[in-house]
Amino acid sequence: MSLIHIAWRNFCHRALSSFLTTFSLALGVGLVVLVLSIYGVISEAFTRNASVGYNLVVGPKGSPLQLTLNSVFYLSQPIENLPYTEYMEFLPKDERASMVSRFGGDPKLAERDGRYAPYIAGGFAIPLALGDYFGEFRVVGTTPEFFTKLKHGPNVDEDFTFSQGRAFSNFSPENSYFEAVVGARVAKEMNVVLGEKFYPTHGDPSGHGHALGFTIVGILDPTGTPNDRAAFVNLEGFYLMDGHAKPIERDPEEDREDVLDEAVDAEESNEEQPETESESDAPTTGSIVPEITESNGVRLVQTESNTSDSVSDSTNGTSEGQSSDQEFRLISIPEREVTSILIRNGNIMFAPGMQNAINEGIRAQAAAPIGEINKLMNLIVGPLLTALLAITGITCAVAAVGILVSIYNSMNDRRRDIAIMRALGARRTTVTSIIIFESFQVALIGTIAGWLLAHTAIVLYSGKIEEQTGVQVGFFTTSNYEILVLPLVLGLALIAALLPAWAAYRTDVGSNLSA
Amino acid sequence: MTALVNIKDLKKSFTQPEGGKLLVLDIPRFQIEKGEQVAMIGQSGGGKTTLLHLIAGLLSPDQGSIQIDGLQTNGLSEEGRDRFRAETIGYVFQTFNLLPAFTAIENVRLGMAFGSGKHQHARAGDLLARVGLQDRFNYRPGQLSVGQQQRVAIARSLAGRPKLLLADEPTANVDPSSADSVLELICETCREEEVSLLTVTHDMQIASRFDRIEKLDEINQVDHTTASS
Repeated sequence: MSLIHIAWRNFCHRALSSFLTTFSLALGVGLVVLVLSIYGVISEAFTRNASVGYNLVVGPKGSPLQLTLNSVFYLSQPIENLPYTEYMEFLPKDERASMVSRFGGDPKLAERDGRYAPYIAGGFAIPLALGDYFGEFRVVGTTPEFFTKLKHGPNVDEDFTFSQGRAFSNFSPENSYFEAVVGARVAKEMNVVLGEKFYPTHGDPSGHGHALGFTIVGILDPTGTPNDRAAFVNLEGFYLMDGHAKPIERDPEEDREDVLDEAVDAEESNEEQPETESESDAPTTGSIVPEITESNGVRLVQTESNTSDSVSDSTNGTSEGQSSDQEFRLISIPEREVTSILIRNGNIMFAPGMQNAINEGIRAQAAAPIGEINKLMNLIVGPLLTALLAITGITCAVAAVGILVSIYNSMNDRRRDIAIMRALGARRTTVTSIIIFESFQVALIGTIAGWLLAHTAIVLYSGKIEEQTGVQVGFFTTSNYEILVLPLVLGLALIAALLPAWAAYRTDVGSNLSA
Repeated sequence: MTALVNIKDLKKSFTQPEGGKLLVLDIPRFQIEKGEQVAMIGQSGGGKTTLLHLIAGLLSPDQGSIQIDGLQTNGLSEEGRDRFRAETIGYVFQTFNLLPAFTAIENVRLGMAFGSGKHQHARAGDLLARVGLQDRFNYRPGQLSVGQQQRVAIARSLAGRPKLLLADEPTANVDPSSADSVLELICETCREEEVSLLTVTHDMQIASRFDRIEKLDEINQVDHTTASS
């Protein structure tokens, strides 16, 4: 008969006491495992969310964490906006020329590659425009490339797929520039269906509603990323909403901004385009003459060419108080702003150099989302986890004291048993070991039970967790730290067993046999 | 016959609560031969159980020597005495002292758990069958009668194949009708197992069954009517 078997018999003999002691320990361990699992889920959610196929986020100078939060997680408020020309700095000459031709702007913009275009080399730059809401969800103005270039999933290799519909297009005859795609959670919570039109509100969820609506042409499959919580609209449509085009009337404030623009241009030109040193971003003369009027809250910009971009809003035009033959013309480059730009370097080796180059500039900053999230985890979530672990650790310590009390209280009843075993030839160390084994059994069973309790709870809420964070958790999804729980609890159990084990060691055989 | 137990000049005293020492045993010489069955008669409080504890190595003498099977046990360390006890001594208690958490067969196995022959599980069953409890293997002590409990205790005491069985008033808590059978069982199994037996009792009728009867009052030099030092 092994000592473990003897200890197990003693454990079973005091069934109620053993159960209560083990159960209290199981609750403590369960709490620890839950905290560790929740931390694991949070970590993975943040890391996964920060890994959606781009390696840098570029935005206005300010807090890189805030830039990451608002551009990657659609949390917090956007810092400011960047001129569209900043976005164009990531594009090669031919694309810049195409934009100048299509939207209108300084022709000289078309004469050179963007300053950071060489760093992109095979990668991409996707503009984001934020500031509007659909219910409580962020409206993200972007380009169709968002759905073709970005990836998601644990290995960042999964394309965006649609449960219904398709990605919005730059322009469609039926919806003009006003197509939208909504994330899975948005579709569910806002209860919208394909073909439905929504009207973003400006500034915050309770802000004033824009007059222009976007027709939902696609609903994304769940991705487990913040994109599930966003409504994506065509950037061109976004610009066409009232208040979204940057005024280009001259005023002292703008003059100051122009000075800043010129300083940036000068900086850029010093490196690559010295011939543009004295030129301004502001549209001047030539092929583009912006003529800005306000009509029913819609900024109409007429261009003298490129009639393919002039369309009629044939969808629900009357509900917006517009005539069915209302024409929308794209706004010019000087009127355009972006909130941030998602960057993927074709060669990741270029990323640090590009990040440095951007950060050395006057206006923009580049932030690495994963780095920022790691900082956030270390600064905020890490200490929070430590506090939670400390609290749950104390719970375990209290449970360990329970083991001590339980076994120690039983010692009075067991002195005779110990004396009998000693009379049968058991050594002092043997009876001491039996007590320690008993404590270990409580610890082992309590730990396993606690782990099972915690993971059962996690599995029960796995649907909710996946819905909220996109992180899939199963029964055997474990945190790296969980492996430490058992040794720690066994250590606590050993400490708890020392006092009763010492009492067992000192048990007097003669007097207890006669008792 | 060769002496299995050889005691010389054995003295044992206990500290009294008030600080003085009480001499309990002073035995100049006492022997038990191999295979011999000895009954030790003595009055209650006369030191019978203390003598058994000294022979079993549960107590250390103040002076003198206890030699069992050629080994001087009072020269052993406590751990050495434990090992010696596990391998050489069987013990039957007055109150049986079965462990309530264990079944009958487990209690018997405990008798061999701390010695070298730890895994002779079949022997535990054989012994229980020999004491007539072949259908009570998985009964706990509380589910057995007093007589059955004592039978389990006898089986346990022999489980480790001891050379010497010490029985401390084994029939004191058994009803008179069962006492004879219990005693007969102890004596018979000891003969079968070739185990020497030392039984302490205060019942002369019981003692009469044994090869030799020793009166503790005669071998112990302490006068318990005045003993103190």
